[in-house]
Amino acid sequence: MSFPWAKNYAPQHPLMQWIDEKLPLPRFVYNAVGAGYPVPRNLNYWWNFGVLAGFALVIQIVTGIILAMHYYASTGGAFNSVEHIMRDVNAGWLLRYAHMNGASFFFIVVYTHIFRGLYFGSYKAPREMIWLLGVVIFLLMMATAFMGYVLPWGQMSFWGAQVITGFFSAIPLVGETLREWLLGGFAPDQAALNRFFSLHYLLPFVILGVVILHIWALHIPGSSNPTGVEVKDEQDTVPFHPYYTAKDGFGLCIFLILFFTLVFFAPNLLGHPDNYIEANPLSTPAHIVPEWYFWPFYAILRAFTGNFMGIDAKLWGVLAMFASIALLFFLPWLDRSPVRSATYRPVYKKFFWVLVADVALLGVCGVMPASQPWIILSQIGAIYYFAHFLIILPMISRNERALPMPTSITAAVLGEGAAKTAPAA
Amino acid sequence: MDSQAIAAAPSDDEGVRRRDFIHLAAVSWAGVGVAATVVPLVYQMGPSGDVLSLSSAEVDISAIQPGQAIKTQWRKQPVFIRNLTPQEIAAAKAVPLSDLRDPQTIDERTKPGKENWLITLGVCTHLGCVPLGAAEGENRGDYGGYFCPCHGSHYDTAARIRKGPAPRNLTVPEYAFTSDTVVTIG
Repeated sequence: MSFPWAKNYAPQHPLMQWIDEKLPLPRFVYNAVGAGYPVPRNLNYWWNFGVLAGFALVIQIVTGIILAMHYYASTGGAFNSVEHIMRDVNAGWLLRYAHMNGASFFFIVVYTHIFRGLYFGSYKAPREMIWLLGVVIFLLMMATAFMGYVLPWGQMSFWGAQVITGFFSAIPLVGETLREWLLGGFAPDQAALNRFFSLHYLLPFVILGVVILHIWALHIPGSSNPTGVEVKDEQDTVPFHPYYTAKDGFGLCIFLILFFTLVFFAPNLLGHPDNYIEANPLSTPAHIVPEWYFWPFYAILRAFTGNFMGIDAKLWGVLAMFASIALLFFLPWLDRSPVRSATYRPVYKKFFWVLVADVALLGVCGVMPASQPWIILSQIGAIYYFAHFLIILPMISRNERALPMPTSITAAVLGEGAAKTAPAA
Repeated sequence: MDSQAIAAAPSDDEGVRRRDFIHLAAVSWAGVGVAATVVPLVYQMGPSGDVLSLSSAEVDISAIQPGQAIKTQWRKQPVFIRNLTPQEIAAAKAVPLSDLRDPQTIDERTKPGKENWLITLGVCTHLGCVPLGAAEGENRGDYGGYFCPCHGSHYDTAARIRKGPAPRNLTVPEYAFTSDTVVTIG
């Protein structure tokens, strides 16, 4: 599963030799994130975000397990138990703010990781499975984040649950029954809160499992790199440890500085004040919005305002929103260009940045009220989003002329001459 | 040799078939067991007995003046009870059915002889927000009925969808007038 020149695990200490014979777990770690995993020598800082996402998951699991020790999943008590955590539990405010902002940072990091993959073509053969598992992780993250946001039982929690479970009522014939089944009632109530708590505790461990598969699938072809040129021989790689443990460690420090700046100085910046009002099933807040990481998808949901082709606007919105994510599963087969990195794809590079701008535009539309000009902008944004993947990308990959590429990773780093004269390992 | 093989073949075949049958039967029966196990696992998710038992609500409507509306609750969902003014009824009747996304007359949405009482769920048929317009001074939308602020659905004076993403009119629940001033919902 690795390159032939990967360093072999050879424990010196008798105890480590004894463990290696009985259960080769240290060997597994050594080969996964130690000196036994050769990695391209030219990874830039965009390659930090996988490790950062893993770290964010650990923050969420640790703080989440502790919060669950103080939280009480009942419609009468949930809101108060969160206030109890904030005011009375020792360091409770810190743990909750870390968990709240940890979710936002998890998404910041994962969105960066996804766009890194889009820019550098990381989803292309032979790495399709890594990409597919990544989309699964993304979907699980969205479900987990949504259910977690319901738990404090504030106004946004309640109405978020109402709106998002409402998506299912758009399904013809069985929709309303399905929604009642999901909620265990006719509106979000005790049954829904309790099951969301149960699933919110479960899903992070499912995510952890899929993350392990994601890394396993990564280690078969090995990491991609900014040139998109495959590793050819030993001089193209360096061992993961100490080279990338150090580089990721530096990135982690920056991540933690930013994270704790938010946790300590602006913990509610990314939240919504309405969620500090206890849930009221009789009154919808004047302006309900999901958390920022859902804004682009929310804009796609709201982009449909009229019935169209015999399907009502509500079903269109829901279908389009789910399709916008489902589309990502097909990406490795929509982009047929053999060149991975946008560095050598002048046309794709431009459209990549247009896509980034489009998603940002959708994000802005998602937070704005459902009125003009935001409706028309979200319609344009949604059309462009689908056009990018279904029309523009296949066309570019057919017609684009790639720029000359370096002959090897080493040549990209040291220049063509250096690569040729370098010792062949 | 040949005759031996021919003689042995039927019994072999039978043995294989018997194995196949046992295999198939065992796996099928295990499948039935699995399917039977899934039933309670799925069934437990549905609304429980105590949730279903909140099936009716009695409301005194004597204090609602024409032009006013109240919000009450049925099955944990908001219900709007509006006393329509003659102008509002006339406005609803003036709309041709062909203009409606979910065509219904106001008579189909109220009880005979009580057409001033418009009783609907206060649940937007789009994604379930509570529309504005029941309380004094709230935005009643472009058609003078209800307006859902979440995604901009406008309902008319008969609470029929006129503009925005909602697919259907506000739902009229099952209800009956137990007397002139008391209505039982559900």
